[in-house]
Amino acid sequence: MSRSPLRRSLATPVLLGLILVAFALVAWAVGSKPFNQTIIDIFLKVIFAVGLWVFIGNSGVISFGHIAFACLGGYVAAWTTIKPMMKGISMPGLPDWLMQTEIPYWAAAAVGAGWAAVWALIFGAVLMRLSGIAASIATFAMLAMVNSIYSNWDSVTAATSSVVGIPIVRSVWPYLIAAILAVVLGWAYGISRHGLALRAARDEPTAAAASGVNIPRMRLIAFVVSGAIMGMGGALYAHSIGIVTPDTFYLGLTFITLSMLVVGGMGSLSGAVLGVLFLSSLIQGLRWLEAGVQVGTSTFALPGGVQEIALGAVMILILMFRPAGIMGNRELTLPRAGSDTPGRSGPTN
Amino acid sequence: MGSLLQIVFDALSLGSLYALGALGIALIFGVMRLVNFAHGDVIAACVFALLWPSVDAVAIVFAGNLPWFLLIPFVLAVGAGLSVLSELVVFRRFRRANPATMMIASFGLGFVIRYFLLMLFSSRPKSISLLPTLSQPVEILGARIPLLQLITILVTVAVLFGLTAFLRRTRFGLEMRAAAENFTMARMLGVRANRVIMGAFALSGALAAAIALILGSQTGTANIMMGANVMLMAFIATVIGGMGSLAGAVLAGFLLGTVATVMQVILPPDARAFRDAFVYGAVILVLIFRPQGLLSARGTKERV
Repeated sequence: MSRSPLRRSLATPVLLGLILVAFALVAWAVGSKPFNQTIIDIFLKVIFAVGLWVFIGNSGVISFGHIAFACLGGYVAAWTTIKPMMKGISMPGLPDWLMQTEIPYWAAAAVGAGWAAVWALIFGAVLMRLSGIAASIATFAMLAMVNSIYSNWDSVTAATSSVVGIPIVRSVWPYLIAAILAVVLGWAYGISRHGLALRAARDEPTAAAASGVNIPRMRLIAFVVSGAIMGMGGALYAHSIGIVTPDTFYLGLTFITLSMLVVGGMGSLSGAVLGVLFLSSLIQGLRWLEAGVQVGTSTFALPGGVQEIALGAVMILILMFRPAGIMGNRELTLPRAGSDTPGRSGPTN
Repeated sequence: MGSLLQIVFDALSLGSLYALGALGIALIFGVMRLVNFAHGDVIAACVFALLWPSVDAVAIVFAGNLPWFLLIPFVLAVGAGLSVLSELVVFRRFRRANPATMMIASFGLGFVIRYFLLMLFSSRPKSISLLPTLSQPVEILGARIPLLQLITILVTVAVLFGLTAFLRRTRFGLEMRAAAENFTMARMLGVRANRVIMGAFALSGALAAAIALILGSQTGTANIMMGANVMLMAFIATVIGGMGSLAGAVLAGFLLGTVATVMQVILPPDARAFRDAFVYGAVILVLIFRPQGLLSARGTKERV
């Protein structure tokens, strides 16, 4: 095959992008506010799942800590976009220059991504020296550490109370653009030299190391890229609901995003995106049932908590019977488009 | 003198909790390389086993009314039973899966247990009075120590000795140690794998129940999230102890308890709220210098 990896795998981001655009168009055509919010939520989850995939999918190391970067990004949005007067009341400890800053939401998302990337570099430099399981647990400790700091640093994060007044962006288009940006970034990383080296290290660590792949360094690069994507997602998440609390970005969101990635398939970018779409539809259906459905004359409603139980059960069943997820480590491509798509061979689980 | 002794007892009792938790995680990791994220939720489930399911704010005490000599075995049995059940229903199907897959499955299982509790009991913390006589203080060398702290430490020491004797002196313990060292080899030499794994789960569940009893009487509340913090510290203890090393897990558990207590004392008041963050930071520093843990277990080194 003489075609470059770029052209060979180009169909994947294009197809995924088209699916996302289709969702946005449906939201625009329906025009109902709750539905619009649902679609925005799906786009945010796509950003998170792709961010997770960049690290987990390529390195094979499970990270429970990436939502910490979303937390960093979310608070950057709070620090930079709330009106200075309101900031003075809820977060009096901010430095003066930050107190006066008021930037548009897209700039906040970019700054949030940068801020998260800086911290990913700092944490990653330490964590990437660990191997497999120990690294996973250490990322969990990182999540708890960030949560503990943000829940207690009263003057800068308003501790556990909600920070309100973040300008809400209700249009679906910025989220669509961000989701597509995340997909393109993930794809570009996947076909890059670094992505290839990291996947080699995932599948055959000894051989990769012997061929000159510096594994901790490659993991660190993936960690920073994924941290930046999570930071962007976190900032936009803050703008989608207008409120941040440290517990917004803790175990619940970690569980949901991770189960989306697992169900879709950790081994491929398409798996990350389609897992979000699949589980989001399931969650939406269960929410509808929890709210109560009129059957004849009686109302039928599921008790609260069923949503998470069902998610957990789906996740465990998928792991039992189809550990490579819905996509089975394959990418979405055009028929005959390529036999060599990036991320095709996944972890042997 | 008195206050120093107080610190020592605080450190020991907090360390005991972490050590018991770490032991429960290391036992299972040793035999089947499973990092059991559901452990913390088993702890919470054991506390809720004392109550009758209801979403009202007031807890309806059910099994909690039993006298202590029935109550303690009951809770231990609940913990062991739930843990064995999770192995039968979920983990048995993951024997051939890699550790990362099992770890995510246990994470999912933990959420299922937690939200099952939420469905039955709601997410509001409930106040319970579990073994109230234990909160009375006793005086030792001029320091007033809550009786519970003393019992926590004594129970942990007893559990450690009991477990050591069990692992060293009984046939089952021998099989378990053999399985932890080299599972395939042990199977070939006639160790029944499923029995050993079930035994490890039962022991780990009973340890979770012991933590539940201590936490329940210490805090006087039942909360669906109550196991999470201990579990996290226990995980960290197993990592710094060297994954799969039981002695390392216990040692690291006490070390973490000590570090946390000492930080509580020496940190300036403004920074005390960040105690846990400092502990996690210290852990990351330890891992820089000893990525394989303090005592690395034989058989868990990555082989080429």
